[in-house]
Amino acid sequence: MFAYLVRRIIGGIVLLIVMSLVTFALFFASPVNPADFSCGKNCSPAQKKQTAAALGFDDNFFNQWADFGKGVFVGRDFPDDPKLRETAPETIAHCPAPCLGYSRERTANVTSLIKETLPVSVSLAILAFIIWIVGGVLFGVIAALRRGTIIDRGLVGISLVLYAFPTFFVGLLLYKFVAIKWGWVDIPRYETIADGGITGWASSLILPAITLAVFFMAAYVRMTRAYVIESLSEDYVRTARAKGLPARAVTFKHALRAALTPIVTMAGLDFAGLLGGAIITESVFNYPGLGKLAVQANRDYDLPTLVGLVLLLAAFVIIANIIVDVLYAVIDPRVRLS
Amino acid sequence: MSDTSTKHDAFLRVEDLRVHFPTADGVVKATDGLSFELARGKTLGIVGESGSGKSVSSSAILGLHRGTRAQVSGQILLEDVDLLQLSDEEMRRRRGLDVAMIFQDPLSAMHPYYTVGNQLVEAYRVHNNVSKKAARTRAIEMLERVGIPQPDRRVDDYPHQFSGGMRQRAMIAMGLINNPGLLIADEPTTALDVTVQAQILDLLQDLQREFNSAIIIITHDLGVVAEMADQVLVMYAGKAVEYGPTKELLVRPEMPYTWGLLSSVPDVTADTDSKLIPIPGNPPSLLNPPSGCAFHPRCPHKDKVPGRLCWTVQPELVPGRQGMGHLKRCHLPDPDQVYALEVLPEFDPELASELAQARIPDPAADAAAGPAAGPAAGTAAGTATPDTADERDAQ
Amino acid sequence: MTTEPVDELKPHPETSSLTGTPILEVEDLKMYFPVKSSGFLRRTIGHVQAVDGVSFQVRSGSSLGLVGESGCGKSTTGRLITRLYEPTAGRIEFDGRDIANLSERELHPLRRDIQMIFQDPYTSLNPRHTVGAIVGAPLAIHKVVPKDKILARVQELLEIVGLNPEHYNRYPHEFSGGQRQRIGIARALTLQPKLLVADEPVSALDVSIQAQVVNLLQDLQREFNIAFLFVAHDLAIVRHFCPEIAVMYLGKIVEIGDRETLYARPNHPYTQALLSAVPDVKQAKVGGRRERIRLEGDLPSPINPPSGCRFRTRCPIAQDICARVEPPLLQVGPTHKVACHFPGEVGKHPEKPITPRLLGVDDSGMPDLAAGPATDLPTGPGYSDTWFDLEHNTMGRA
Ligand SMILES: Nc1ncnc2c1ncn2[C@@H]1O[C@H](COP(=O)(O)OP(=O)(O)OP(=O)(O)O)[C@@H](O)[C@H]1O
Ligand SMILES: Nc1ncnc2c1ncn2[C@@H]1O[C@H](COP(=O)(O)OP(=O)(O)OP(=O)(O)O)[C@@H](O)[C@H]1O
Ligand code: SF4
Ligand code: SF4
Ligand SMILES: [Mg+2]
Ligand SMILES: [Mg+2]
Repeated sequence: MFAYLVRRIIGGIVLLIVMSLVTFALFFASPVNPADFSCGKNCSPAQKKQTAAALGFDDNFFNQWADFGKGVFVGRDFPDDPKLRETAPETIAHCPAPCLGYSRERTANVTSLIKETLPVSVSLAILAFIIWIVGGVLFGVIAALRRGTIIDRGLVGISLVLYAFPTFFVGLLLYKFVAIKWGWVDIPRYETIADGGITGWASSLILPAITLAVFFMAAYVRMTRAYVIESLSEDYVRTARAKGLPARAVTFKHALRAALTPIVTMAGLDFAGLLGGAIITESVFNYPGLGKLAVQANRDYDLPTLVGLVLLLAAFVIIANIIVDVLYAVIDPRVRLS
Repeated sequence: MSDTSTKHDAFLRVEDLRVHFPTADGVVKATDGLSFELARGKTLGIVGESGSGKSVSSSAILGLHRGTRAQVSGQILLEDVDLLQLSDEEMRRRRGLDVAMIFQDPLSAMHPYYTVGNQLVEAYRVHNNVSKKAARTRAIEMLERVGIPQPDRRVDDYPHQFSGGMRQRAMIAMGLINNPGLLIADEPTTALDVTVQAQILDLLQDLQREFNSAIIIITHDLGVVAEMADQVLVMYAGKAVEYGPTKELLVRPEMPYTWGLLSSVPDVTADTDSKLIPIPGNPPSLLNPPSGCAFHPRCPHKDKVPGRLCWTVQPELVPGRQGMGHLKRCHLPDPDQVYALEVLPEFDPELASELAQARIPDPAADAAAGPAAGPAAGTAAGTATPDTADERDAQ
Repeated sequence: MTTEPVDELKPHPETSSLTGTPILEVEDLKMYFPVKSSGFLRRTIGHVQAVDGVSFQVRSGSSLGLVGESGCGKSTTGRLITRLYEPTAGRIEFDGRDIANLSERELHPLRRDIQMIFQDPYTSLNPRHTVGAIVGAPLAIHKVVPKDKILARVQELLEIVGLNPEHYNRYPHEFSGGQRQRIGIARALTLQPKLLVADEPVSALDVSIQAQVVNLLQDLQREFNIAFLFVAHDLAIVRHFCPEIAVMYLGKIVEIGDRETLYARPNHPYTQALLSAVPDVKQAKVGGRRERIRLEGDLPSPINPPSGCRFRTRCPIAQDICARVEPPLLQVGPTHKVACHFPGEVGKHPEKPITPRLLGVDDSGMPDLAAGPATDLPTGPGYSDTWFDLEHNTMGRA
C-alpha cells in the first residue's frame, strides 16, 4: 500500500512536469505574440523586441521552461533580461518560491494572485460539494429504492430539467429573485471567515454554491440512482435477502456500500475540477475567484497567469486522482489485497 | 423411493405455483402451474434449459419476489404453513432459518467488501440472539465442517482470496449455519471444475445425511441429477413436463423433451461414432408460448399424435405408464415404445437392447395400457395438478 | 533389448486414426508470464508457469483435445498456437515451418490458415458491426476475394453454419447464444483455415444447443478437412470430438493418448481422478453416487509449482521420488504416454517406481551412481515405434 502510494505520487509529479511542458509548448506555439499584446497597438519593432525581452519571451523554449521550474522551487526575479535589469533596476520585482510567474498586466506575482482568489473558489467548491453530495446521493437513493413510483419519476424528471438548465441562467434566477426581489438573503458579496465568521461566510456563499450545486446534484441523482439500482440487482444483494436480513440492512449495508464506491471516485474528481474555479458562476455573481481570474487573464492575454492557473488545476486533479485511488483501495479489499 | 402418493409426510409441498412478470411487452409467465413435493432427507433435482424458470420458481419458495412486480400465486406449504400467506416480516424471519439457498456463482454471490467470516456471522446473528464472539465461533465451526483448511485464519479472508471451490464451500456453510430444513442449491457446481464439483456434491450429501435436510438441486447436468436426486422435475417453458423418481425418469423417460436432453449430451462411455442428437430450434418465448404443447415447434414426435393435438391442446401432467409416481406432459400414447425403438438406439444402443429384453415378458400389458393414457385418465387419477381452463387454449 | 509386445498393447483399431500426417507439431512449448512485485520498482519477482514444456501433434483433418482443471494452461496453449502470445521457449511447427518466433508481418499470411473460436459468444463479436461485416472482415483484410464478391461469400458461409443468409445485415444482439457461436464459427471459416483452435466453443451454451454446435463443427471438419485443437473442460464432449486427447495439469501434459485408451485405461492418477469425478447419467439405474477417487485440496499456484511431479501434493499414491524427480512423459503404449513414476490402471499402480533406471536415480529419487547415466528418452511430440513395456519394465517394441 505504501509503495503504491509512493509510486502514485512520483507518477503524479512526472505527470505535472509533462503537463507544464505541454502547457508551455501550447502557449509558445500560440498564433498571438503576447509581446504585441502587452506593448499596445502602435509599437515599433524595436519596442516590441524590448517588451519581449522584458517578458522573457525572447529566450528559447527550454530556457523559459527551466526558468519557470527554478522559480517554483527557489523563486526568481523579474524581468529576466539582464540588460533591462541593469538599465532599470527599479522595475525589478522579486517573486519568492513557489513562483508561478509574474504578470505584467496585473503587476503582481501569479502566486499572490492565486493566493487572493483561491480561498473564494475553494469556499465555493466546498459548500457546493456538500450540497450536491448530500442532495444528489439522498435523492438518488430514494429514487432507486422507490423505483418506478411517482417519487422516482418525479425526482428523475426534476433532475433532468435542472440538468438541462444552463448554469448562468440558474445563477441569474437566484440572484434576481431570491436576493433582489424577495430579499431572502443579502445581495451576495464574498466575505471571508475572518471577516464574517462561519455564518457570514456561508451565507455570503449560499447562492453561488446552490447555483453550482444544482447542475452537479442533478447529475448525481441520476448517477446514484443508476448505481444503486445496479447494485440492488447484484447476486450478493440477493444472497443478503436470502439470509433473511431485514430490508434496511440489505439496502444500506450491502447494496449502498458497493454503489457508493464509484460515486466517491466521481465526486473526488468533480470536486478537484471545481477547485480550479467555477468560471460561469463566479462571473455571474462577480466573485473574485480563480474562475474570474482565468477569464480576465484570458481576455488580457496574460500568459503567465494562465500558465499558473492551468498548472494549479492540473495539480488539483492529479492529487484528487491519487486520493480517490487510495480511498478506493481503502473501501474495496479486492484492490487493497491483490 | 417415491413419496408423492402420501401427501401428509411431505415436508415441502408446492401447489400450482405461478410466477408472472408483467413487462412492457406483456406478461412473462416464468413459472406457470408448478407442483411438487419433497420429504425431509430427500433431494429433488430440477432440470431444464436456460430460461425454463428453474431459478424463478425456487426463489419464489424463499419469497425473493416479494417487493418486486412479480405476481406469485399458488401454495407453498412448508410443514403445512403456506409461505405465500405469511407477512413479509414473517417470511423474512424464515429465510435463512427454515429455508436457505446457495447460488451458482459463489464469487458474485458473496459481498466483495466483507470478509467471509463477517458474512457468515451476519447470517447467524439475524436469526440467533448471540454475541459477535459466539457467532464467530460458530462461523469457524461451519467453515471447518465444510472442509476449509485453517478455518480460524481463513475466516478473516475476503471472498476473492478464496478459490472457486472454497467459495462455494463457504456459501454452503453460510446456507447451513442455521441448520435449515430445506436447502435450495441453484446450479451449485456449474461454475466449478469436475473434481471440485465432485467434492461439493459429496459435501452436500454428507451434510444432508447429517442434518436430514431436504435439498432442491437445480442443474442442467443430468449426470448430477442421476447421482444426487431422489426425484427429478423436468421444466420446460415454466411448466413441469416430466416428474418422477430419478431412477424411472432417467431410465425410462416418457417425454420427448427429456429424451432430447438425454440424447444431446455425450456420455463418457458412449460410442464415439454416434452423433449427438440436438434438440432442434431455440427455447420458446415465455411472452407468447407456442399453442398446444409448448414443446411442439421443436418436437420430432408430434406427428405421431393424431389430429394435430400437439398444436391445439395443451397436454396435462398425468401419470405415465410406470405408475402414479411418474408424471409426464405429452400426448404421445405409446412413449415407451417410441423411446425404446426410436430414441434410445440412436444414442445408447446398449441400454436399448437391455431394455428391449426387459420388456419382452409383458408386451400385452403395454399394448393395453397405451391408448388409455390420455388427459382424462390423468385428471381422474387425482394426483396430477389440473391446469386451469383459461390457459388451455383449445381452438 | 527387445521384448515381445503383450496382447494388450496390440494397436487398437481406434489408433489408426492417429496416423495422419501432422499439420501442427509443438515441442517443449513454454509460456511464462512475469509476476511483478507490488513494491515501488515493480520488479519481476517470479513467473506464472502457465505452460511449461508441452509437446504434441495435431494431425491434418483430425482433432486433439486438451482437458484439465481451470488454470492449467489450456487457453494459453491455444493462444500460443494462434500466436496471440509469443512463446517463452519451444517450437511450433505449422505445415513444416516453425512459427514460434515469427514477426507479426511474417505471421500475416499464416493467420489465414490458423483460426480461433472463442468461448464467449456474447463478448467475442463486436456489437456494433453487422454479421456480414464480422464474417466478411477477414476476406477484406486478406484481400482474397474482390470487394463485390464478399457478400456472396458471406452468405454462403452463413448458410454453411446453418444461419439464414438473409440475416447478414443484422447485429449480433439479435441472435441467440447458439446462433452467435455459429457466427463466430463462420468468421473462423471465412479463410478456409487448415487448423482451428477452439477454446471452449460450447461451454457457454445451453445443453440443448451444445449438441447443435458440436455437430456443426464435426460436419465442417469432415467437409473441409480442418484440423482442430479442441480445448474444453467437459470430458465427455472432448471424448466425443477428439480421437486423441491430452490431459494437462499445472502447465504440463500428464497423459496423452488415443481416446479409447485414455478413457478406458488411464494410467495417471490425475486422469483417473478426473474421469471418476464426472457425474454419469447411467448412475440413475444403480442409484447413489459413483465410487470416486477423491482429490484433496486445491490446485497449487503455477507461480511456485511443487517440485518433482506437480501433482504430488494431491496425488493419492505419491512417494518420496515424486518430490525429488520430475517424471518424464513416457510412452507406455502405441499411442499412449504418461508422466508418472508409478503408471498403471486404477488399483494396479506398481509398488516401485518404474522410472529410476531411465533417469539414473534410485527408488526414492536420490541420484544413483551405480545406475549409470540416464537413458536417452524420446521426449518429442508424436509416438515412436518403441515404448516402455510396463509389464516387463523395459523398453519394448511394437
Ligand atoms: N424480473 C423479471 N422480469 C421479467 N422476466 C423475468 C424476470 N426474472 C426472470 N425472468 C424471466 O423468467 C424466465 C425464467 O428465468 P429463470 O432465471 O428461472 O431461468 P432458469 O431456468 O433458472 O435459467 P438458467 O439455467 O439460465 O439459470 C426467463 O425467461 C427470464 O427472462
Ligand atoms: N496474460 C496473462 N498474464 C499472467 N498470467 C496469465 C495470463 N494468462 C493466463 N495466465 C495464468 O496462466 C495460467 C493458465 O491460464 P489459462 O487461461 O491458460 O488456463 P485454462 O486452462 O484455459 O483455464 P480455464 O479452464 O479457466 O479457461 C493461470 O494461472 C492464469 O492465471
Ligand atoms: S405433446 Fe406432442 S409435441 Fe408435445 S412433447 Fe408430446 S409429442 Fe411432442
Ligand atoms: S509421479 Fe508420483 S505424485 Fe506424480 S502422479 Fe505419479 S505417483 Fe503421483
Ligand atoms: Mg437459473
Ligand atoms: Mg481457458
